[in-house]
Order: sequence, then structure tokens, then C-alpha cells
Amino acid sequence: MSKREVDDFSGVETTGHEWDGIRELDNPMPRWWLWTFMACIVWAFGYVIFYPAVPLLTEATPGVLGYSSRAELHKEVAEVRASRAGLIAKIENMPLEDIRQDVDLLQFANNGGRAAYAVNCVQCHGSGATGSPGYPNLNDDDWIWGGELEAIQTTLQHGIRYAVDDDTRFSEMPAFGRDGLLDRAQIGAVSQHVLQLAGQPHDAAQAAAGQQLYADNCAACHGDKGLGDRELGAPNISDAIWLYGDSATEIARQIHAPRHGVMPAWGGRLDPVTIKQLTIYIHSLGGGE
Amino acid sequence: MARIDDVDRIEVAPVNSRQHRSLYKARESIHPMRVAGVFRRLKWWIMGVLLAVYYVTPWLRWDRGEGMPDQAVLIDLEHRRFFFFFIEIWPQEFYYVAGLLIMAGIGLFLLTSVLGRAWCGYACPQTVWVDLYVHVERWLEGDRNARFRLDKAPWGGAKIRKRVTKYLIWLLIAVATGGAWVFYFADAPTLLVKLFTLEASSIAYVTVGVLTATTFVFGGFMREQVCTYMCPWPRIQAAMMDENSLTVTYQDWRGEPRGRHRKSADTSLLGDCIDCNQCVAVCPMGIDIRDGQQLECINCALCIDACNTVMTRTGGKLDLISYTTLKSYEANADGRPTLPLKKTIFRARTLVYAVLWSCIGLAMLFVLFTRDRLDVNVLRDRNPQYVLLSDGDIRNGYTVKILNMEGTERRVLLQLGDLPGGLMNVVGQDEWPSRTKEFILPADKVLQLRVFVTAPVAELSPGANNFRFSVTDLSGIEQAHYGAIFRAPEE
Repeated sequence: MSKREVDDFSGVETTGHEWDGIRELDNPMPRWWLWTFMACIVWAFGYVIFYPAVPLLTEATPGVLGYSSRAELHKEVAEVRASRAGLIAKIENMPLEDIRQDVDLLQFANNGGRAAYAVNCVQCHGSGATGSPGYPNLNDDDWIWGGELEAIQTTLQHGIRYAVDDDTRFSEMPAFGRDGLLDRAQIGAVSQHVLQLAGQPHDAAQAAAGQQLYADNCAACHGDKGLGDRELGAPNISDAIWLYGDSATEIARQIHAPRHGVMPAWGGRLDPVTIKQLTIYIHSLGGGE
Repeated sequence: MARIDDVDRIEVAPVNSRQHRSLYKARESIHPMRVAGVFRRLKWWIMGVLLAVYYVTPWLRWDRGEGMPDQAVLIDLEHRRFFFFFIEIWPQEFYYVAGLLIMAGIGLFLLTSVLGRAWCGYACPQTVWVDLYVHVERWLEGDRNARFRLDKAPWGGAKIRKRVTKYLIWLLIAVATGGAWVFYFADAPTLLVKLFTLEASSIAYVTVGVLTATTFVFGGFMREQVCTYMCPWPRIQAAMMDENSLTVTYQDWRGEPRGRHRKSADTSLLGDCIDCNQCVAVCPMGIDIRDGQQLECINCALCIDACNTVMTRTGGKLDLISYTTLKSYEANADGRPTLPLKKTIFRARTLVYAVLWSCIGLAMLFVLFTRDRLDVNVLRDRNPQYVLLSDGDIRNGYTVKILNMEGTERRVLLQLGDLPGGLMNVVGQDEWPSRTKEFILPADKVLQLRVFVTAPVAELSPGANNFRFSVTDLSGIEQAHYGAIFRAPEE
């Protein structure tokens, strides 16, 4: 290797690189920088020994401390669970009504219920629990199967028309049109009568014609005045809320060949505490009875 | 002829003088010599008062009643409250803090335009703690020359002992400084016990640690470099000062040409400065005031004390270095008398600052004494916007927060205003819907309610309907309102 050149002006060695007569000075690193760099190298050795570092085929070397961010997360989650153990135990053991009366438990249950709702229920009932045609709005005060705490809990636990669960809520309205029980004109008349029961604009003559048909075919489940029957899961058809729409066409369609929604039973999927929290949450959305 | 021979003349080059100043060389240590005099005494007094205020304040008690902290000055970050004697500030009243900062800023402008860098020289924490640290150093290692000798001395028993003792005492002061800081953020007596029993929060230890480290390093080692290189104030100063601001000034017109008066020499050609360099030796910033006004000078006036001591001893004329304004200095130099102090203090600029400062202060006091202690905030549900009920009525949901900013429990009435047929229901309360609801507000708390308001569709106009939530203190006169919106279907 040749002797290092020294720059005349600054007295500093050069690297030997030259561009158009400009030579690159070879100033030493600032000491503080060098020491920091050395310290980082020393630190790195320690890090490799104590922490997961070197990637292998399936995982990295574990390090002697046995640290992993996943284990830390589990630990933190367990800590949060432990800190809530008292509240969770209370939710588990206390009757729903008592939970609702306790300000702290109500808040805890609502928060837990909101989280569980966001994961499990929004897909059908919507993020604001407003539902959509065929999927009930949970905010209002119209309940097909009951809006008391226990009724909501049962619905959540066993679902609706969910064949896998023996205790599931079940109702089925005959397909009056498809199965030939009523003809087109009769279905039209009954539809008008239902509109009349609901206090909506209707054809008076048709509605009168439909009255007897309604009494013969529908009143058994929906009641004389169309108030429905929660025991049977027969909706109230005299109020302002319609699961499948309130036009004469939609009503006639439902009489011709009813659609039946299915809700899964959550009893097997969610733990009892979560179901109770969900019950409280749904109940507190505004329509709870 | 002055007696001059007993003056301790020092051969010293100021490390930060104009000639020596360089950004690229390593720091040379400055060991300011001990000095006595008016300004030194003033500095001791100010230091004593400031340190006392800093250490004692968190221990003052103030009774606020049951369930409230009894610390006179407390920044309660956990509960988001600031307590200052009889004043309690909630986070939404943070503008008081902004106002105080503005007042502090304008106050500093006022102070600077009149007294120059009085803040730097007397009141700045950096100055106060460096003064304290230098004092400890002087007590253990002796005055200037002894300290220089010790610096140069080889490491040995005595040097190690002195240095270790010094660092330990510095560290103790630093820990006490950082330790006192955290007491402003929690109940001081409780926290003190917790700090020693290792039960305090980690953030408390980290804060104490960081402040200990900064105090130790800034006060013990960085010293004047903090002022010269880190602090923005010396730069801002230049814009704040004018020809009427008091500054530590060397009267060069009578001092120069400086020279060592000797009995033998002809002194008639020389100025008053005997070039004893005492002013340089006592300077904590390592400058020579005779170079004129400099960025480094913190106006601590110790050179005035040093010069006047020498002049008294030699029988020379006092105040060769003195607090003076640029105008007076120029007048003196031309042989005219010094301007009267009230003329330099009361001038348009300082009056504007003073009036502005007082106005902000008075406005804040007015707002403080007439501010609301009861408030209501309402958040309307956005999803769903409204709910159709089975009887055709419309329902909206709201989160209503009622703030009781007083230290006592209060009974309040929540009312609906301007919503015909509107009725409300509160989640968790099994009462009939009504237009008014009564609540007990816990002391110094926010009561959060889920409120459902129902109104018949016939009374509503499509879309947004304006109405009010009103809260009335049933045991007092205070009222609070919130203009809310009730949403009906758009059709």
C-alpha cells in the first residue's frame, strides 16, 4: 500500500480519491460518535444473548430471558382479566335486573356488551343496531319474542329457528298463497285489512272483504286486533314497525310465502357472562321492557 | 494618590472574551472568585426566597372539605384538576393557564425593557442552581485559585475525597430538586412516604431521575454553556432591550486607557481602570465586561461588586462598572448628567407592557370570579340518528354530561326546553317519561347520563329540530343550557 497523502492546506490525510483536483479528506470520526458506536456494538451482543434475535428456519433464537411479545400480551390480557375478576363474578352470579340497577355493573356490562355486539351481531343487525328488512331493529320497542331482560337472554342463548338448538324459539306462518290456502284476491283483501288494523291508508271495501278472512286465517296467532302474540312469536301487525316493509305489496308477499329469519344460538359460542352483558346492552338501547 | 499596592492583581484571560471565543474548542472551566457586595447580597436573598418557595409550596395545606385534596398547590393529572389555594381549574378551563403564560411572557418583556436581563442574573433556575453548586464547590475546595490548583493536581487521596464529597452533595441537591418537583403532582406527605418505601409510581421515579440528572449536569458541569448555547432567551433579549434598559456597563470613557497605576509611573495619562482583572475573575460566564455588552453576560452584577470593592480599597471613584442605560452612558460620556430613573422606567413602551399585562390579569380575574361552576354538555347519538317507535313516535338518544365544578354535592333539575310533546327517559332510572328529571350531582364530578327523548311525529318538522337541555341548581341560582338537535325523518 502506498504512503498516505497529506493535504497541504489542512494537514489532514486524504483517502486518495480525487475528482477534478478535489481530494477527499480523511478526517477521523468524532470521538463521541465512535464511542457511541462501540457502545451500540457491545449492547447488540447483550441483546442477541438475552432476547430473541437470530432468525432460524421456523422461529428465532429465544434468548436466555425467554422474552416474547406474544407472551407479554397474554400476560397483560390475563392481568386485565384478573383485575376485572370481581366484576365478572358479580355479572355471572347476580340476576339481570340487579345488574341493571347497579350503576357500576350496568356500565361494565354495557361496555362488555358493546364490544361483543361489535364482533358478533353487527353483521345482521348493523353497527347502530338499526337492522334492515328481515333483521329487526333492536333500538325500538317492538319485540317479536319479548323485550324483557329474560326474554332477550333466551333469544340470545337459543337463537331463533336455529335447528341445532333444541330450545330455539320457533314460529312458522303458513304460506297461504304458495300452498293454495288463499287465492290472489283473498290475499289482496287480507292485506288491505292488515293495513286498516295498522291505521294506515287502505281500500275500505277490500279491507271489509278481508275482515272475515283475517278472522278465519290470521287471528288465531296475530289476534283480533293484530296485536300479535309473543308466546307464539307472532309479530304485532298493528303498530308502526314492519320487519319486511309496510306496503300492500310487501304484506301480500309475506302472506303468499312468508320469509322466516334465522338467528343462531349464541349459547354454545359465547360464555354466559358475555351473553348477560349483551342482554343488558341490547336492553339499554332504548326498547328494553 | 491612591493606595494601590494591596490590590490583588490577577493575571487572567477571560475564557469567553471576544478574542478567545471559538465554537470549536473544548470548554475551559470557569472558577468564579468569591465576591462580596450589594448585588451578591441581593442574589443570596433572591436565591433563598426562590428556593424556599420551590421547596415549601407543595407542603402548604388548604382545606377544601370532604373528599377533596387538601394540598394548596396541586396539579392532579390523574383526575385532571389544577388546584391553587381557593381556585380549582378543570381541563376545559385551560385558557387560564394560557393566560398565565401570556402574562408571564409580557411580564418578562416589561422586566427586560426596564431592568435588562434581570431574569437571567437573579431568578432563572439555571442561575440559582449554578450559584448553589458553585457555593458548595467553594466551601469544599476553596476559592478560585485553590480550585484551579485542585483541577491540575494529580489524582490522590485528598483530591478523590474532595471530589467525591462534592459530587455527593451535588447529587443530594439534585435529588432534592427532582424530588420536590413531583410533590406538585400528588399529595406531598403521602408521596414522600411512598418514594422511600418504593411504592410510588414508576413515572414519579423516572421524573425524579431525569430532573436529578439534568440538575446535576446543568448545575455542575454545563453551567454557562446552558445560557450561551441552549437557551433562546439571550437571543430574544436583543429584540427586547433598548437604549433605556438597565445593563451592566463598563464606563470605558473614564476607565480607558486602563493601566496599572504605580507610584513611580505617571498616572495622569491613564483612566480609572487599574486593570486588576477582578471583574474577570468573579464572572460566572467567563467574560470580560470591559469588552462591552455581550450575549454571554447574564447581568448578575457580580463584576460591579468586585470593582466597587477594589475602588473602595484603593480610594478610586466607584461605579466604574455599573447598572446604567445606554442613553445615560452616552450622556455621561459626553459630560452630561445621568438621566433620572423615573424617565427611563416610565416611557411609552413600558407603559404599554404594564397596561397590557394588567388588562389581561384583570380580565382573567373577572372571568375567574364570574365563571360557571355548573355546566352541561350533550352528545347526540349519530347511529341511529333516530328510532321509530311502535306507536309512530320518534326517539333520539343523547349522552348528557352534567359538570359539577364545586366541592359540594348539588341537587339539580334537568329540563327539556322548546320541544313540544317531548319526554325524556334516563337509562338506569325506572321512572315514567317526563320533561324534567332530578339528580344529585356528586361533589367535583361529572355525571354522565344516557337520555332518550321521545316526541310525537306530528309535533316535529322533518330533519333537524332545535331544542334545549337546561340544568338548574335547585339549591342555588346557577343555570346551564345546551342547544341540542332532535332528528326526525327527512320525508
